[in-house]
Amino acid sequence: MITRPAHEMAAAMDSGEITSVELTQAHLDRISEVDAQVHAFLHVDTEGALAQARAVDDARARGEKVGPLAGVPLALKDVIVQNGIPTTAGSKILEGWRPPYDATVVTKMKNAGIVILGKTNMDEFAMGSSTENSAYGPTHNPWDLTRIPGGSGGGSSASLAAFQAPLAIGTDTGGSIRQPAAVTGTVGVKPTYGGVSRYGLIAFSSSLDQAGPCARTVLDAALLHEVIAGHDVHDATSIDAPVPQVVHAARNGDVKGMKIGVVKELNGDGYQAGVRSRFEESLELLAKAGAEIVEVSCPNFEYALAAYYLIAPSECSSNLARFDAMRYGIRIGDADGASAESVMNLTREVGFGREVKRRIILGTYALSSGYFDAYYGSAQKVRTLIMQDFNNAFTHADVLVSPTCPTTAFKIGEKANDPLAMYLNDIATIPVNMAGIGGMSLPCGLAPEDGLPVGFQVMAPAMQDQRMYSVGAALEASLLTQWGAPLLSQIPALAVAK
Amino acid sequence: MSTLSRSDVAHLARLARIDMTDPELDSLASELDVILEAVARVQEVATDDILPTSHPLPLRNVARPDVVTPSLSPKDALSGAPASEDQRFRVPQILGEEA
Repeated sequence: MITRPAHEMAAAMDSGEITSVELTQAHLDRISEVDAQVHAFLHVDTEGALAQARAVDDARARGEKVGPLAGVPLALKDVIVQNGIPTTAGSKILEGWRPPYDATVVTKMKNAGIVILGKTNMDEFAMGSSTENSAYGPTHNPWDLTRIPGGSGGGSSASLAAFQAPLAIGTDTGGSIRQPAAVTGTVGVKPTYGGVSRYGLIAFSSSLDQAGPCARTVLDAALLHEVIAGHDVHDATSIDAPVPQVVHAARNGDVKGMKIGVVKELNGDGYQAGVRSRFEESLELLAKAGAEIVEVSCPNFEYALAAYYLIAPSECSSNLARFDAMRYGIRIGDADGASAESVMNLTREVGFGREVKRRIILGTYALSSGYFDAYYGSAQKVRTLIMQDFNNAFTHADVLVSPTCPTTAFKIGEKANDPLAMYLNDIATIPVNMAGIGGMSLPCGLAPEDGLPVGFQVMAPAMQDQRMYSVGAALEASLLTQWGAPLLSQIPALAVAK
Repeated sequence: MSTLSRSDVAHLARLARIDMTDPELDSLASELDVILEAVARVQEVATDDILPTSHPLPLRNVARPDVVTPSLSPKDALSGAPASEDQRFRVPQILGEEA
């Protein structure tokens, strides 16, 4: 049962084949059996999850109408607050903190009867592409435990691939949902900016951050997307418009007559051979399904990475000023006579990890007078150019596609001491965040040279998220016909600890 | 060529309220040089005629009627405080010696 898609689990509960308590317990058992190796979770809320499951079972038993994912377990990225549940954002500075409120996405999931199993590991404050920047140790990719599961949401993606949860929530600032999905053979969606509330999402880069669904199938992601999306008065940047019809699109998977634009600049040199070949084969399948494949050019995308590593650190240096050891989190050096400033300085030195400090300092530099125009100001202009490239490309195509990442999962430790090499992982995912549009990654096969998953990225204009689901579902269906079973059926079995 | 010296980084660390060690300042200075050289590429295309974009959405001010709604109790609001006293956050000394 735990290897099945979330919507099948829900159907099994509707038909009385299984209860939510049984399903939740099966996932909790799986977590205790394999998480010593995977390390996807920072906290498992056994009692809370079972209590939620019992409530859903009771509601079903009473004949109440429940939502399409009621009783299905989910793994929550530790950057999203849940009332009373330890939340660290992967940082030592928040060790032991229990938030006094629920994020809007958590409230919506609770209302939908989704069972939250626990909090997943991540790069500290979502800064990274490997989860190696977590203060609590890295997560391991279930496809090969010596490799990274992506980042920053590596715990969420790994929990799906390890069958510890059928659904997860991620957040995506420069690819933190899509890149982990790509390297673990799972599905991850970054909705249009403003499509899902950021209330209760610990901010990294506010103009780029977006929470979204992670799952093992496109339809499951769509069902979760509809649960968490929508306008929220607690988030002034949330879009006050109807949620795109993503479930409808995922059920139909119709691409007949759709124009799919291949972004010339997000392919070719620097992309692994197996990534390119799987991507090309997927294009052929989409053409067979009735789509028209065209090539588009986005010449300014080559500057996106540079602009991102100015904009995101600048916003982060401002956002992370709130961790000042005064109202929550750890406090270091609070001895008699110590000044607030010295306590702040010591706490931030001890509480923040290397990459977070690196980005705070970089952002502080980029925003300082005398350098502002040259760095942050120029990066904002590049942002304009990237949006223009997208607008232009979307006049030639309904959606744009590319490989999600240049390579498959790399080894843990391989890039840990080379920040620039690490940043290059996000070269194909960052433009989407800069423009605030939607992006999806879904598995399109294994690279022949290393047998590891390859991700296929679909990008759609703002508030046209349903188009990604149409393309994703069409490609998923074609690939399933070709493979005969989902990609994850090929994942090596993990040793089970009893 | 080095853009940032150790003392430059030390100044930035002071602005950012992080009490960094000397070895940290040294390694950051050399890492930031490499990163700054890479990100400076934005200047190649950021010409005067391009308007900057700070946000993907057209931002507007959001207001609501001034109605009292339920909010956190003092106990909940203080639940994560490193130290509290009399329903307040207790913080280290902010001003100089006793006035």
